Amino acid sequence: MSRLSIRGVGRTFPGVNGGAPTLALQPTNLEVADNDFITVLGPSGCGKSTLLRIVAGLDTPSVGEVLLDDQPVHGPGADRGMVFQSYTLFPWLTVRQNICFGLREKGMAGAQQHEIADRFIAEVGLTGFESHYPKQLSGGMQQRVALARALANDPKILLLDEPFGALDNQTRALMQELLLSIWDLHRKTVLFVTHDIDEAIFMANRCAVFSARPGRIKTELAIDLPYPRHYTVKTTPRFSELKAQVTEDIRSESLKAAGMDA
Amino acid sequence: MKPLLAVEPGRRIALGVAFFVLFFAVWAVATLGGFVSKTFLADPLTMVRSGWDLLTQQGFAHDIGMTMWRVLGGFVVAALVALPLGVAMGAYKPVEAFFEPFVSFARYLPASAFIPLLILWAGIGEAQKLAVIFLGSFFQLVLMIAVSVGNTRRDLVEAAYTLGARDWGIVRRVLIPAAAPEIAETLRLVLGWAWTYVIVAELIGASSGIGHMITDSQALLATDQIIFGIITIGVIGLVSDLGFKRMNRRLFRWASL
Repeated sequence: MSRLSIRGVGRTFPGVNGGAPTLALQPTNLEVADNDFITVLGPSGCGKSTLLRIVAGLDTPSVGEVLLDDQPVHGPGADRGMVFQSYTLFPWLTVRQNICFGLREKGMAGAQQHEIADRFIAEVGLTGFESHYPKQLSGGMQQRVALARALANDPKILLLDEPFGALDNQTRALMQELLLSIWDLHRKTVLFVTHDIDEAIFMANRCAVFSARPGRIKTELAIDLPYPRHYTVKTTPRFSELKAQVTEDIRSESLKAAGMDA
Repeated sequence: MKPLLAVEPGRRIALGVAFFVLFFAVWAVATLGGFVSKTFLADPLTMVRSGWDLLTQQGFAHDIGMTMWRVLGGFVVAALVALPLGVAMGAYKPVEAFFEPFVSFARYLPASAFIPLLILWAGIGEAQKLAVIFLGSFFQLVLMIAVSVGNTRRDLVEAAYTLGARDWGIVRRVLIPAAAPEIAETLRLVLGWAWTYVIVAELIGASSGIGHMITDSQALLATDQIIFGIITIGVIGLVSDLGFKRMNRRLFRWASL
């Protein structure tokens, strides 16, 4: 049974100042099973983030519907945790208070909130930073807190919108491994949007490749690399094969998107 | 000097004090040197002496107290009404659409021009003085608070939604704390403006207050007292501004990290 079911979801943005409406996302389908780690890969502007925002309930589809555990999704909710590309920690709250935000919203007792927060702070390796404010942390640390904040809420599915996009390469690689180990531990269902091919293959058990704008999911590819994955996986022949295959797919789409296809 | 290069704190204070010294020196030379007639401008020494006389003999401390209570009274009432309305306008667009055009219009109505009307409605008692301060600060406060709240980063609001916050939770736990440092700055700024309104209110139909002392002194051509009154206002303004700034920094430490 599918945990998340995206059925014919499309999005058209109304025209600005009487202009023509913009088709951002062609009707697209995706089935996400329990414990899946799915990466959604595509060139910029293909509508992959729009799709994720629709799943989160932050945007409404023009056509189609999203089902979570067979229940249609209307608006945002705590059952779908999200980590954004931009740094979205509340700057007036400390690390611990940020992680407790959703728990407090649920009306959980203070002591229990702290216990959960401290557990997730330890999991993302930030013990000792509980009372720091976000501005006192590096970008990578802030995204780790954002991840802990989303996980602490115990959502049914974790939505990640290029969460490591603003980080340098080394930090990004460490974050990928950290996220995989956390996924391994909690067996969360994950939908991860990225434009980075290596990232998309390294993380996923299935990779959905978007077509150029106006996008839709063009191909789905099972990534049969065994878990747990070590960073050395990136140098194996199988990884290279998969990468070549995805690169070919995405390249033709990028060319289309850039208007350079012959 | 290089553009935008910071100065060290000690030198910064020295430079700031230096201008005050220069200002008083020029004033002293112009008056004590006999370049300006005493009728038009008193010299600094006479000003200090008559200031002392005002405070010790003529009960000027009571005037200062009255003026401060009027400013604070009118300002606090304006702030208490402006805060909830400003937050509501910033958070809910239909509320903003309803009030914003009128508030924008009312903001340009000069508070001092209402004084004759207010005297007609409220007499020349304290209510009229408070009403002038209220009119002068309320509309400015509402608009600036609404803008601060409305400018809250959208991605923070979206993050709160995905963490399970509902509408009221968004207002209470995201919009208000996010805008709080800016709102505090707005309060500090508008309190400064309230000081200019109170003096105008006291120039007409008042029997106490700094402004009243100034009009009385004008009849006696006592420029020394007028200047002392003006400087008193300046000093109170400076002190309250510094206090406000320090309080805001303490309350919103995260905003200045």
